[in-house]
Amino acid sequence: MPAEKTHVRTTLNGEATEYLCEANQSLLEVLRDVLFLTGTKEGCNDGNCGACTVNMDGRIVDSCLVLGVEAEGSDILTIEGVATPEGLHPIQQAFLENAALQCGICTPGFIVASKALLEKEPNPSEARIRHWLAGNLCRCTGYDKIVKAVVDAANTMGGKK
Amino acid sequence: MTTVDKKNYKVIGTTPIRHDGADKVTGRAIYGIDYHTTGMLWGKILRSPHAHAKIKSIDASKALALPGVHAVVTGKDMAVAADIEVEAGETSLNYMHLSDNVMARDKALYKGHAVAAVAADTQHIAEEALALIDVDYEVLTPVLNGREGMKADAPMIHPDQTTKIMAFRFDPGTDSGEKSNVAGRSQLKLGDIDAGFKEADFIVEREYTTSWVHQGYIEAQNATAHWNNDDNITVWNSSQGTFNQRQLMAEILKHPVSQIKMVPLEIGGGFGGKIPVYLEVPAAMLSKKTGHPVKMTMSRTEVFEGTGPASAAQMKAKVGATKDGRITAAYAELVFEAGAFPGSAVGAGAQGMFTAYNIENVLIDGYDVVVNKPKSAAYRSPGTPQACFPAEAIIDELAELVGMDPLDFRIKNAAKEGDRRADGVQHPEMGNLECMEALKASDHCKSDIGGPNRGRGVASGYWGNAGMPASCSIAINGDGTVSLAEGSPDIGGSRTSIAMMCAEAFGIAAEDVHPSVKDTDSIGYNGLTAGSSTTLRNGWAVFEVTNQAIELIKARAARLWETEPENVDFADGVFFSKAEKELKLTFKEMAGKLMETGGPISVAASVAPRGAGPSFTTHMVDVEVDPETGKVDILRYTAAQDVGTMIHPDYVEGQVQGGTAQGIGWALNEEYFFDDKGQMLNSSYLDYRVPTMLDLPKLDTILVEHANPDHPFGVRGVAEISVVPPLGALANAIYAAVGVRMRDLPMAPHKIVKAIQEKNGKTK
Amino acid sequence: MRPIEYVAAKTVQEAVTSLAEKGDAARPLAGGTDIIVQLRGGRRQIDRLVDMKAIPELNELTYNASSGLRIGAAVPCYRIYGDAEVASAYPGLIDAASLVGGIQIQGRSSIGGNLCNAAPSGDTIPALIAYSAVAEITGPGGSREVPVEEFCTAPGRTVIQSGEILVAIRVPAPAAHFGACYIRFIPRNEMDIAVVGVGASVVMDGNTVTACRIALASVAPTPVYAAAAGAALVGKEATEENIKAASEAAQAAATPISDMRGTAEYRTHLIGVLTRRTLQSAIQRAKEA
Repeated sequence: MPAEKTHVRTTLNGEATEYLCEANQSLLEVLRDVLFLTGTKEGCNDGNCGACTVNMDGRIVDSCLVLGVEAEGSDILTIEGVATPEGLHPIQQAFLENAALQCGICTPGFIVASKALLEKEPNPSEARIRHWLAGNLCRCTGYDKIVKAVVDAANTMGGKK
Repeated sequence: MTTVDKKNYKVIGTTPIRHDGADKVTGRAIYGIDYHTTGMLWGKILRSPHAHAKIKSIDASKALALPGVHAVVTGKDMAVAADIEVEAGETSLNYMHLSDNVMARDKALYKGHAVAAVAADTQHIAEEALALIDVDYEVLTPVLNGREGMKADAPMIHPDQTTKIMAFRFDPGTDSGEKSNVAGRSQLKLGDIDAGFKEADFIVEREYTTSWVHQGYIEAQNATAHWNNDDNITVWNSSQGTFNQRQLMAEILKHPVSQIKMVPLEIGGGFGGKIPVYLEVPAAMLSKKTGHPVKMTMSRTEVFEGTGPASAAQMKAKVGATKDGRITAAYAELVFEAGAFPGSAVGAGAQGMFTAYNIENVLIDGYDVVVNKPKSAAYRSPGTPQACFPAEAIIDELAELVGMDPLDFRIKNAAKEGDRRADGVQHPEMGNLECMEALKASDHCKSDIGGPNRGRGVASGYWGNAGMPASCSIAINGDGTVSLAEGSPDIGGSRTSIAMMCAEAFGIAAEDVHPSVKDTDSIGYNGLTAGSSTTLRNGWAVFEVTNQAIELIKARAARLWETEPENVDFADGVFFSKAEKELKLTFKEMAGKLMETGGPISVAASVAPRGAGPSFTTHMVDVEVDPETGKVDILRYTAAQDVGTMIHPDYVEGQVQGGTAQGIGWALNEEYFFDDKGQMLNSSYLDYRVPTMLDLPKLDTILVEHANPDHPFGVRGVAEISVVPPLGALANAIYAAVGVRMRDLPMAPHKIVKAIQEKNGKTK
Repeated sequence: MRPIEYVAAKTVQEAVTSLAEKGDAARPLAGGTDIIVQLRGGRRQIDRLVDMKAIPELNELTYNASSGLRIGAAVPCYRIYGDAEVASAYPGLIDAASLVGGIQIQGRSSIGGNLCNAAPSGDTIPALIAYSAVAEITGPGGSREVPVEEFCTAPGRTVIQSGEILVAIRVPAPAAHFGACYIRFIPRNEMDIAVVGVGASVVMDGNTVTACRIALASVAPTPVYAAAAGAALVGKEATEENIKAASEAAQAAATPISDMRGTAEYRTHLIGVLTRRTLQSAIQRAKEA
């Protein structure tokens, strides 16, 4: 007999969202396999790569280390909530213009993490960017163009472009 | 063969936004690991906990009784695949070995070797079911080192294996009849090695070792398979070669190729590791048994333990030079651990090892040795990072004895067009020396490194790259845009580069070409997304189809202008009448007139190109070493590479930077820690330490555009080789910084401290 | 992960009751960054997780200059280093709290969880010991206090009994001219488990050390409070020679093993190097305080 499911109510990408999940399902699993929001990726499932980064109540977290049941009452932003009907977010645009993705699997995690940084610190140094994003692994790019993209986005968001 | 003069390119060399970009930055792109379909079950693999064991029996009855479990398959459910070896891009594959690797038959040959697979309603139930499968193992002594495995008294991993003597890299070889864990022996011989050493005034001889490393792609292996009631199998996955995988599936399942469709979804990294099949086979078998589509993915631990990392190597090298700095002889012995089945990249390593230099006397002995570790797969210039490490480190020692600057020494000995490689082939036109000289002239080279405990190192590298067939097809739309179908999974932006070459040929914008990657039923044969060959070979295919299309459109213009097709020409995106110059129409205008002049136009072509365009590169790195902790900080890095004509310069630079980062990880921190039972202790991204962005500086590049004369768009393979030089360059930089020569990779902090302590001990 | 029961406790009493019901088959959940990984890997087998994050006392972070700092057991690292007053008063603690994983981990993980996880490598533990921190525990039998240096008893094991919970960690207000620092060695620049970590604190009177505490991570089954090493420096001038002697005493207090993160010899060597560097920094901070 399958385990009992919990009814969870959250705000997801600005919209009231409900789901059923078992206690052993991570928020990452809920997003991908229950809600079919596959933009948030699984890279390691143990908090070491950042591919599953979401913004939860204003903090970036590894959604593989949050249980689906723990998200009750939370305000969650995933990659799917970054762009608007008006267009791509400056960070997304900057990633494209700076060729900051090759295979693109780490890109959603980087975009959600960078967005949190730039909203907190609009003009971070390169060293600060590298420190903030150390929890996001990329195996394709060597990170150079990702840093450029974040700096570029900061300039756009700060009205310097 | 017509090529466009590079100076006149309108699209090639620009940096348009990639066609799949919006999907990828918004999370809409569906990767193999993201796939869902109705009625889908989840599969999981049971893996051997032992590095070497006989499988006496498997009892899955308790697992099958668990609610939610639908089926179990084991090696006994599989047909015996043929014992045939085929070329697969840069490595070779043997069907029987691959089949046994996908699911063990009688023996588990490494910890992590798949022994059974389960399909269940959820991933969690499937995992629980694994624990309920009883496997009776008879544990055997494992072979855990190449040189140990070569010994006469070593346990035999494959009892009937005999050593093949191979003349060259893809040679099936002649059977020596000797039973051994040495699956293959090869030798590259040029000139007279003894004479070469006699000529030398200085000789250096050393031993080197490297550890197993993993490609580290962030998206794990995955496959969703549906074995339909009509016996047609469809597989959705991330793939580095759909046609290759289709062939492997056909051979392993003994199922007609025409009844297997491989559908490539987006791929989250591969670097060679997603060439073979792993989950595709058990997913298909479970689908057949259950009547449902079955999705399988791997955990990160399974990726480390159950896929194809890059071989560890035990190597010897000996080089000699005259006192005026000419290298006269180079000898190496390369022992590569193939993993549980034969087929390491030792041959490629031998081929690339000293190849950046013109050396008249070379002898390289290569050994492909099976050990009880995962079967190795390709990893970015396979074999060459391992083999070039001793080459670049020992050449530095030679330079020091001769009294020359290491970069000047390399420049003096640089291989040029017409010089012979160790396998006897003459170098074509290439930019090896140009790279070295560009690096010499760079700001980095001229800069003062400053500080104590700082040092600068250089290293070069060579990789042959590959050709492989390609097919594509285009359809010209009435609005002047072009739909371009191709068959190479896009691992780094290639669909855009391919679209750009098409746009260039037609004189339209890159945005007006719509590329897509097709499944094996919808496009002609395509080789692997590997071998630094995707842009190159698809460029040939694009050249074919665009040329044919232009001829067809010329005939349509002729019809419009009531003249003969020979009187119509095409240049700079415009069709014009040779006789009456006012009669001209752009590509877009002609596209709008196709229906009225005879109907739609689409063209398909398949090509098998020659002229892979080998890669040469030289890197320079500045490090600071903390002598008390052994920590290495990279202060500055420059990679100079001969890149041919760059179609999309940002993506070319991205490949150079990405490979460099992997090489840095390989050099400093990445390794498989095995215990004495052959268990990998660090199978997670916590203790398998790939570089984070905080560990790397800016990665500067000098991209030398030396067009490949054998390609219509001047393309040369670019994407692999940058992983090669960091290993030697960092070893050389560490020596310059703190005076110790590191010969065992990775150059982890504790090893550097030990080397410094030993050095200080000697001078006290 | 195996099926598991999840209970969100709202009060200390609820948590204690819920945990006591299941004994060893229940564990508290705060940030989850250790326990979720352990459950997935089969390294812990439990039936129930009791979420502590809604319990008010476990979420309080209070500081005043005279009574010191009280960190609720579930308070995440980011709140600690994000509080300007706390950061300014306890830089040695901030050294450690900012090192636990990366930003994403620090968004969830708590110092309380780091302590209860009782890994020999727990980065915050030597820092807490250097600050003479005390663990406040509540259970069915009432409340008690345990100095942090006595809290961990074996890898993954603590003095917490069945049904008890860590409610808060109390860190005394630093004395005048007090300085503390935590430094660890890792092969990369972030995201690694400490090969060796050293937390040290001193109280200075001019150039004389009047109090000194040294604690070590990753060199024994539990974090080590190297009392003799600290004592060796008390009453002495902060000279290179005396600091070296204290470092050597710290080396003697450790029983490191060789594992995939480092050899015993290398760890012993690093204890010497890091103790020296940590003491120098603590002394510097003390002089500037």
